[in-house]
Amino acid sequence: MEAKEHKFHREEGFPWKHILGLFLSLLLTAIAFWLALATHQPPALVITIIVILGVGQLLVQLYMFMHFTESDDRAWQVPALYFGLFIVFCVVGGSIWIMTFKSIVA
Amino acid sequence: MHGVVNWAVHFFMLDEGPLIWLSDFLIICASLGILAVLTKFRLWKWLWDEWLTTVDHKKIGIMYMIAAILMLFRGGTDGLLMRAQLAWPNMHFLNADHYDQIFTTHGTIMILFMAMPAIIGFFNVAVPLQIGCRDVAFPYLNAISFWLFFFAALLFNLSFVVGGSPDGGWTSYPPYVENQFDPGPGENYYLVALSITGIGTIATGINFLVTILRMRAPGMTFMRLPMFTWSVFVTSVIILFAFPVLAVALALLLIDRDFGSHFFTVDGGGAPMQYVNLFWFWGHPEVYIVILPAFGIFSEVISTFSHKRIFGYSAMVVSMVAIAILSFITWVHHFFTMGAGPGVNSFFGVSTMAIAIPTGVKVFNWLFTMHKGRIEFKTAMLWAIGFIPNFLIGGLTGVMLAVPPADYQYHNSYFLIAHFHYVLIGGTVFGVFAGLYYWWPKMFGVLLNEKLGRWHFWTFMIGFNVCFFPQFFLGFMGMTRRMYTYPAGYGWGVVNLISTIGAFLMGVGFIILVYNILWSARYGERDVTGDPWDGRTLEWATTSPAPHYNFAIIPTVKGRDAWWLMKQNGESINGPKGVPFRPIHMPNNSGRPFIMSLFFFILGAGFVFQWWILAIIGFVGVLVCMAQRSFEYDDSHYIPVEEIEKTEAAAGRL
Repeated sequence: MEAKEHKFHREEGFPWKHILGLFLSLLLTAIAFWLALATHQPPALVITIIVILGVGQLLVQLYMFMHFTESDDRAWQVPALYFGLFIVFCVVGGSIWIMTFKSIVA
Repeated sequence: MHGVVNWAVHFFMLDEGPLIWLSDFLIICASLGILAVLTKFRLWKWLWDEWLTTVDHKKIGIMYMIAAILMLFRGGTDGLLMRAQLAWPNMHFLNADHYDQIFTTHGTIMILFMAMPAIIGFFNVAVPLQIGCRDVAFPYLNAISFWLFFFAALLFNLSFVVGGSPDGGWTSYPPYVENQFDPGPGENYYLVALSITGIGTIATGINFLVTILRMRAPGMTFMRLPMFTWSVFVTSVIILFAFPVLAVALALLLIDRDFGSHFFTVDGGGAPMQYVNLFWFWGHPEVYIVILPAFGIFSEVISTFSHKRIFGYSAMVVSMVAIAILSFITWVHHFFTMGAGPGVNSFFGVSTMAIAIPTGVKVFNWLFTMHKGRIEFKTAMLWAIGFIPNFLIGGLTGVMLAVPPADYQYHNSYFLIAHFHYVLIGGTVFGVFAGLYYWWPKMFGVLLNEKLGRWHFWTFMIGFNVCFFPQFFLGFMGMTRRMYTYPAGYGWGVVNLISTIGAFLMGVGFIILVYNILWSARYGERDVTGDPWDGRTLEWATTSPAPHYNFAIIPTVKGRDAWWLMKQNGESINGPKGVPFRPIHMPNNSGRPFIMSLFFFILGAGFVFQWWILAIIGFVGVLVCMAQRSFEYDDSHYIPVEEIEKTEAAAGRL
């Protein structure tokens, strides 16, 4: 309602940050596709690079689009990010652990 | 010409027999009936202005509830068809294909299109009022969430009469659901509809998370939040972290089916078990997504009708947070029999049993809340009291299933079926019914009839136990899940017949509920006070139904059970007398959420039938809607002071 309630919701000229973010995220996606489809590197190497690109994508999203560094009250995004890390640990670490049986039974 | 006719007959499933013809006939009659009523009473404009374009959380909540009750009818009919087929050995009322389709749609509809909209409906009905704000944080997004759910449900239900229903079970495990074994549009319907409604659900999670974090009334600290709002907060966190995993699993499977990749196939380096793993990483938290808000409803109902504040408030909060965290580390108990090894299975067995501890804390807190209270046995309270023993049976059999060696014995037997129906019906559905009777006056300004409510409670509760308790024994006797018929001589016949009788008794209970709704709309007692139960939380401080802006002046909260405190101190919800009203800033209605979701429906239909031109039309439509929204600057209005004064005077609050 009043301007002070929307400290970060103001027009700042042309949204260069968002445009840059858009192109960066498209570029990272394109590199991943190119690696998977057009190069013939060993899968382990391709997967490692794609994971690194994925982390880059995450940072682009957090900084360029999700206003990660902005807060006018308490920084709720910080505990949310910690919980997110916990979930990532569960889903990635857990899946690797659970699916190891495949290599044993194979 | 002949080819086209053949194609159409097959496409519209006219070669599938009388069940489909009857459904076609009923669908056409119902649709024509709705169109005729809307036209005859000139309701089209009203429908568009008041409902289809609304961004008001109260109306969106009502639409969610109506959709949930309709889907309860659809899913319940599926259930009754299954019980009819299983009533006696060697029955051929349904053939195997039809039975497979019906158990798939029963499960999917009940979880995703009945339980989810019902609980999200209560989020909308109660949360903004409970925390003393005027709408959710993102009202426009809230409308998008609803319409995405609505069109996804429509798409999913269409599968019954167009192209064929999915038949891979509600879990849709590969490799069976891959094209090689299960061609046709059926499974695509499942994947696309769940993806679309999933987008809406994630948006809802974000919406309520932000609403509760940022829009609480002054003084409404976290440890003063009503228990239902706490449960919604915790649930929103689970939604936010669980649903993206489902979205990924469904998308990968859809890419397998539509574009021939090999994520989950048996050949080409695919790993079918990885789908199972990802599905349950969402699937287990999903169980808590539908049960925690029900816990919240029971906390409100038990506290209100015992006329006491909730016992052990902080223990309740801590146990809900503990359940939320534990819910993410128990998922393997759904597939112990995959054989991931003793290390994995022991860990997940123990983590599953650990959930019984915070749940037990909550059960004892509800009992102690009732202890020495002046209990009023209204229908909502009956559901809450009925919930405790029924949910206990479900919970304890869950702990039995959590023991991996024992689970190898009753995995996917009727013991499991009985277990999860005891938690989902005894927990979630009882919670939804309790919430309906409790918040009905707040939603519509009319109380549901108590006498019919009692009939509804007893028929449904007895029917539920008659239906599902015998199934524990069927499981021990060796009857497995998803079998469409069975030979005589196993001793299953009579037990199944009893179960079927119970199922139809539940159907009677549902009909009584519908009759109660219709009866009360016409003859029901009007709620003139806005506080029919002598309530404790802020939603009872305003009129029933609440005015468009909820609160003329945002209340200041001085403690837990804020409205109870105000009543004790003789305070008005509008604060001290003579404080002038100020214009209230409200979001504008918009038709775009409806139109954009319609384009999502078109996009989804394109993916179902692999008609790519249709998919592109839908996709472009979605993008255009998003672009239009980006350039919409005039999206809100002010309610002038005179209008607020008029409304408040009519409510007797001046």
